[in-house]
Amino acid sequence: MDICDFHERKEMNIVIVGHVDHGKSTVIGRLLADTGSLPDGKLETVRELCRRTSKPFEYAFLLDALKDERSQGITIDTARCFFKTELRKYIIIDAPGHIEFLKNMITGASRADAALLVIDANEGICENSRRHGYMLSMLGIKQIAVLVNKLDLVPRSERQDVFGKIMSDYSVFLSQVGITPSCFIPTSAYMGYNIAARGDEFPWYDGVTVLKALDSFAESSPPDDLPFRMWVQDVYKFTNENDNRRIIAGSVSSGSLCAGDEIMLLPSGKKTSVKSIEVFNEPPKSSVSRGYAAGFCMTEQIYAKRGELISIIGQKPPMYGSKIKASVFWLGSEPFSPEKPYKIKLGTAQTGCRLDSVSSVFDASTLEKLERKHIKRHEVADCVVRLDRPIAFDTAAENPETGRFVIVDGYEISGGGIITGAVGDESADEKLMLRNIKWIKSSITAHERGQYYGQRSQLIIITGKTQTDKKSIARTLEKRLLDEGKIAYYLGIGNLLYGVGSDIKSANSMYSAKERHEHIRRLGELANIMLDAGNIMIVTANELDSDELDALRQIITIDAILTVWVGNDVNRIRDFDLCVADGADASDKIYDALEG
Amino acid sequence: MTHLDNLENNSIHILREAFNRFGSLCMLWSIGKDSTVLLSLARKAFFGHVPFPLVHIDTHFKIPEMIEYRDRLALEWHLDMVYGENTRALESRLTFPDGNVSRIECCRNLKTTALQKTLSGEWPRYRMNHETACYERDKNTEPYTGVIVGIRADEEGSRSKERYFSPRDDNNDWDIGDQPPEFWGQYKTDFKPGTHIRIHPLLDWTELDVWEYIRRENVPVVSLYFDRGDGKRYRSLGCLPCTTPVDSDAKNIDDIIEELKTGKFANIAERSGRAQDKEDGGGLEELRKDGYM
Repeated sequence: MDICDFHERKEMNIVIVGHVDHGKSTVIGRLLADTGSLPDGKLETVRELCRRTSKPFEYAFLLDALKDERSQGITIDTARCFFKTELRKYIIIDAPGHIEFLKNMITGASRADAALLVIDANEGICENSRRHGYMLSMLGIKQIAVLVNKLDLVPRSERQDVFGKIMSDYSVFLSQVGITPSCFIPTSAYMGYNIAARGDEFPWYDGVTVLKALDSFAESSPPDDLPFRMWVQDVYKFTNENDNRRIIAGSVSSGSLCAGDEIMLLPSGKKTSVKSIEVFNEPPKSSVSRGYAAGFCMTEQIYAKRGELISIIGQKPPMYGSKIKASVFWLGSEPFSPEKPYKIKLGTAQTGCRLDSVSSVFDASTLEKLERKHIKRHEVADCVVRLDRPIAFDTAAENPETGRFVIVDGYEISGGGIITGAVGDESADEKLMLRNIKWIKSSITAHERGQYYGQRSQLIIITGKTQTDKKSIARTLEKRLLDEGKIAYYLGIGNLLYGVGSDIKSANSMYSAKERHEHIRRLGELANIMLDAGNIMIVTANELDSDELDALRQIITIDAILTVWVGNDVNRIRDFDLCVADGADASDKIYDALEG
Repeated sequence: MTHLDNLENNSIHILREAFNRFGSLCMLWSIGKDSTVLLSLARKAFFGHVPFPLVHIDTHFKIPEMIEYRDRLALEWHLDMVYGENTRALESRLTFPDGNVSRIECCRNLKTTALQKTLSGEWPRYRMNHETACYERDKNTEPYTGVIVGIRADEEGSRSKERYFSPRDDNNDWDIGDQPPEFWGQYKTDFKPGTHIRIHPLLDWTELDVWEYIRRENVPVVSLYFDRGDGKRYRSLGCLPCTTPVDSDAKNIDDIIEELKTGKFANIAERSGRAQDKEDGGGLEELRKDGYM
């Protein structure tokens, strides 16, 4: 075999799981030894060491011996070891079998393309045989070979029956969790039967060896006919380095995206299209597909936020909502309970959440379904999770990468879950989402309208303390824009209070948090219509804070917003695009900061 | 997608995640090939920009060419370059080359302690002024809460146990037995005040991957990695007194890749030229707990 082309060959990550002491280390030791993946002389050294210490030689010792030598550079460690076949290179992830290490098992297994699950023929199916099977199913690992190991220790006459019984019992269990194993293999890793080579010991078995089973696994590439999905990971604007691009960055979860595609962001429901795929230090690209850490510019600047899910208009859209049905596994030492607030992370979306209700808890040791209000460590349960804000998602069955989440308790990732469905709900954010989705578009695009008017619509929000003269600044700015032939309009929030807002207006109007919130929402909605009509809008309101600005950005579909604080408050600089001192030249400074 | 594409995109995703999640973020740049690959990945991730400072711990025993190369690249790529050092140990000559302490103790003084104190902002940081190309005392003394580091799992035993996002507590302690779970591209980005997170975007890369990527992307590397006529080259770069070159006539990247593939170094550790690794059996894991890279 030519070593040079070996690196060109594919790699596959395999996780090896099973109950403690069912023989995982021996299987790995055998695979390494029988594929010639051990350093020269290693096997002899370990044999010699065993002879001198009067211990029977075991292949599992090889792993320990290799671990001791890691610092001399042999590529093996507690987590991974490497070997190769004619077909490809394998990375074996050795997942701990002990229940205490379930979170390490999950960390290792989540990186795997396929799994070997080891069951001791003498002990039979144990708690972790089931728990690990369940976890593999939740982690989305579909390719599994089950090794019924240590079969040489079963009396010869009973071997076939023992093997058959474990195969039928475990198949029933796996089918309950949605897994059809690729094969069951009778093995003795200790003796080397059916690991790399077939033994004559199990003449009734005519299936594959473990090595053949590995080579028969498909390199996991999920079907590429899934609709396009990409979480907004960040929005980059490195304007301080004279780069005027506004780049939406994220990794493609499924499907592909081309320049020119019309896209929608959920949960906001905002729509735009892709102007260009951005790259650095590589040839220009016209499209990106699954797995790429991508970036693109938009034709119409919308306010995009981390955590929104991008889809292509015309393809199947994701679901959205603030209540989800899910299967959850729990790793935290404190139970997942309805009394406590948590955080959910799904892709790059993140919001507060609570356990709404538990429909059933699955006990891996008894296979029973229990009714309980909370979910304890190492349990799996079907439940409903209630989110503080709606997010977009798919069911895990439709799109694994956009259908699974983790739950954070305090500072720690304490559980994971896969989404099985949505529960209908109507919150303010969902109304906004619906408004965008239901928006009746004119046949004139924003760009075309801009050409008719010779301007781009733009919103200037001027705020500051009560005593500052925001109104004069707004009026001066409005006049200057109109003098230059622009279509500009100044709207103070006061103009709304006694008309559009008269149904809710109370004596202390803007000082009651709830009422203030609704007035600002109405201001945003009105401004949104004016901006859609192509205007340059100037609005004034007292002391808008960063949350209120954020709410306005959410309501307004375009991203040409200039936020201005009037006054010399240093601590406002972070929240606003511009801070100006109250005075005659304030409007000129704002004018200079306008786009175009 | 090729193997290298896969590694590249995964690393970029991690870098972008780090940039988004950590307000006070920096990247350690040792000037070696791994952290320079990391730097190239950052430029790709942020479309030509590197939006966080690069921190170098200067032991003042580095091979001089490394410092020259650092400052040249910092100017060329507009890098926000910061360095820190253990002034006290250098002044009182508590170093191995001065004959006063062991190699491991010297590493602890000039690297581990210097790194801890530079990251925490307790000791002075020196920042490059791009107009004068000189370093000036940095006014920012805020601790870095996210630190990007270019370690690889295949390098050496203790590194194989790392996570992509690995927490360190206020004593810089690393609890190897109880690490956070990491799956589905979700990392530990929530942390108590006083703790910080090490971010390891290169964890899945091997030495060969790094060189193949350097070739593919034309990443500039310091010429010490190549045989310059004396039949010797550095395979791993560190301080001059504790790093010895290996016998090799690899004169360019192709030669190095060939050498790694044909097995000349296949069973010899990359860090075999680093004397401190050998001095103390479990020493490196101990140092790593304290923050050594």
